[in-house]
Amino acid sequence: MSTSVISRPETATATGPERRRPRRRRRNPNVPGGIAAIVWFLIVAIPLYFIVVTSVRTQEAYVSDGPLDLPTTFTLKNYTNVIDLGFGTFLLNSVIVALATVVVVIVLALPAAYAITRGRSRVVQYAFTLFLMGLAIPAQAVIIPIYLLITRMNLYDSLTAIVLPTAAFTMPMAVLVLTSALRDVPNELYEAMTVDGAGTAMIFRRLVVPLSRPALASIGIFAGLNAWNGILFPLVLTQSPDQRVLPLGLWNFQSQYGTDVPGLLAAVVLSALPVLALYLFGRRQLLSGLSAGFGK
Amino acid sequence: MTSVLVRERPGFVWAAPAAVFFGLFGIVPIVVVVYLSFTSWNGLGTPEWVGTQNWSALFDDGDFPSAARTTLYLTVGSWLVQTPLALLIGVWAAGHQRFRAVMSTIFFLPLLLSTAAIALVFVSLLDPNFGLAAIWGKYIGVPDGNFLGDPSRALPAVVFVVAWQFIPFHTLLYQAAARQIPGMLYEAAELDGAGRVRQFFSITLPQLRNTIVASSVMMLVGSVTAFESVLLLTNGGPGNDTKVLPLHMYQQGFIAFDMGYASVLAVLLVIVGTVLSVVVVRSTGYHRMTSDREGL
Repeated sequence: MSTSVISRPETATATGPERRRPRRRRRNPNVPGGIAAIVWFLIVAIPLYFIVVTSVRTQEAYVSDGPLDLPTTFTLKNYTNVIDLGFGTFLLNSVIVALATVVVVIVLALPAAYAITRGRSRVVQYAFTLFLMGLAIPAQAVIIPIYLLITRMNLYDSLTAIVLPTAAFTMPMAVLVLTSALRDVPNELYEAMTVDGAGTAMIFRRLVVPLSRPALASIGIFAGLNAWNGILFPLVLTQSPDQRVLPLGLWNFQSQYGTDVPGLLAAVVLSALPVLALYLFGRRQLLSGLSAGFGK
Repeated sequence: MTSVLVRERPGFVWAAPAAVFFGLFGIVPIVVVVYLSFTSWNGLGTPEWVGTQNWSALFDDGDFPSAARTTLYLTVGSWLVQTPLALLIGVWAAGHQRFRAVMSTIFFLPLLLSTAAIALVFVSLLDPNFGLAAIWGKYIGVPDGNFLGDPSRALPAVVFVVAWQFIPFHTLLYQAAARQIPGMLYEAAELDGAGRVRQFFSITLPQLRNTIVASSVMMLVGSVTAFESVLLLTNGGPGNDTKVLPLHMYQQGFIAFDMGYASVLAVLLVIVGTVLSVVVVRSTGYHRMTSDREGL
């Protein structure tokens, strides 16, 4: 669904003959769009240049030469510095939280989506309505009861405390996306397996899991990015440096060493590397994961 | 045949884990937050019933009207800035211009950065002493380079940073949607003598209607509940000039430890979220969208 929305035009233009000979050749080009694109290009590119270049400059050079100077001094000291200050741990914590969230979401949402698509029971359909309503609940609005719940469960200040609510708030979208993916599976496939004597467990393993793989990839990335970017749950539900995730690590660094901008930007680059890797190796999945839920 | 098929149908037990899990962290908290709004609780002991005391405090809270106004400003401002730009750039990026591929890749890169990273990068860039704002501020009428600390400029600066973060995402949506518009519509319009501008308003805009609705709804819901950017950029300052409702709630709850009153604000956020979600379901229509995707 969202996968094809994003990716199909891409491949069509890359391989089709229109690539070389544009289908609609225009005598008057898209001038307002071009101008907006160039202005926006500068607005995007300048901060990106600032991030990358400043992260390899010395602090002295940054203060004396200004924010956009060429990197006349090159150093990796900022990177080693922030790693010494615990960014390795924060990075690891964020990776653990993201992966655990993905696992919880997929393990719970896929069977639910299967039941909603194929189940006949009325309770299942009520559950689906529940998830649909859940799309609207802003996490901020329930942070106080969640704080109460987490402290009563003795989970305060643990990575689990971040994973559970993050996964719960990704669940509605996951169920929705997986349900619509499973609805596209032809009835005949289920019937054929049933005729062969397969029960629900077998059908789930042999049919539902393999056929929902693309949707699972999108939802996995969607859930992972949600956990990776989340600030609110870690902020309210954790406290100690051992349990700190990247966004809080960045914020904490900025409030403690506010003048060390090169250090902060080195940490920013470090924090973007896993997502960048994801982008380089699975651009299509990343795009569909980002836009999961769009077009719902 | 029927008996065979009945055996295949998955029961509620498949959806139960997800439903219970989401119920615990998503639905139960809504009930609890309503209860908490009638209690006095400092976050540690046991909540004590105080009746409607917190609700009447709402009328004496001088910060509430300004927080509501600021939320409205941020929401409407974000929409006004992001939608036209994302639309223009997205439609442009769907075309076949030179350098389009390279520029589109750059446009996309902010999506790899987390909310925290983007906010903190801009805190550095907008620093009136060492940031870019100190150098370029004078060219845009801000000689002291003070954006985030100035009452009249802080909120527009927040709108700008939020736009920087989210325009790439919405551009992506418009780009994908614009590529789906059949080229023959434009060819026919060209034969009829319609110019570039006429084509945009008579073909592109109507064809993108669904995307505009969906993207706008996501923007609106996102802005109403977004407070992480504000928290990291200005923490509501200067004074209360950028304090949005969720931030006000967070501060009442987790800084002032008046959880009862914070719950009142949270209930209001739930109401706003629900109203907006009704708009989501009504304007996009989940079932209609499902059929839209078939055959893609």
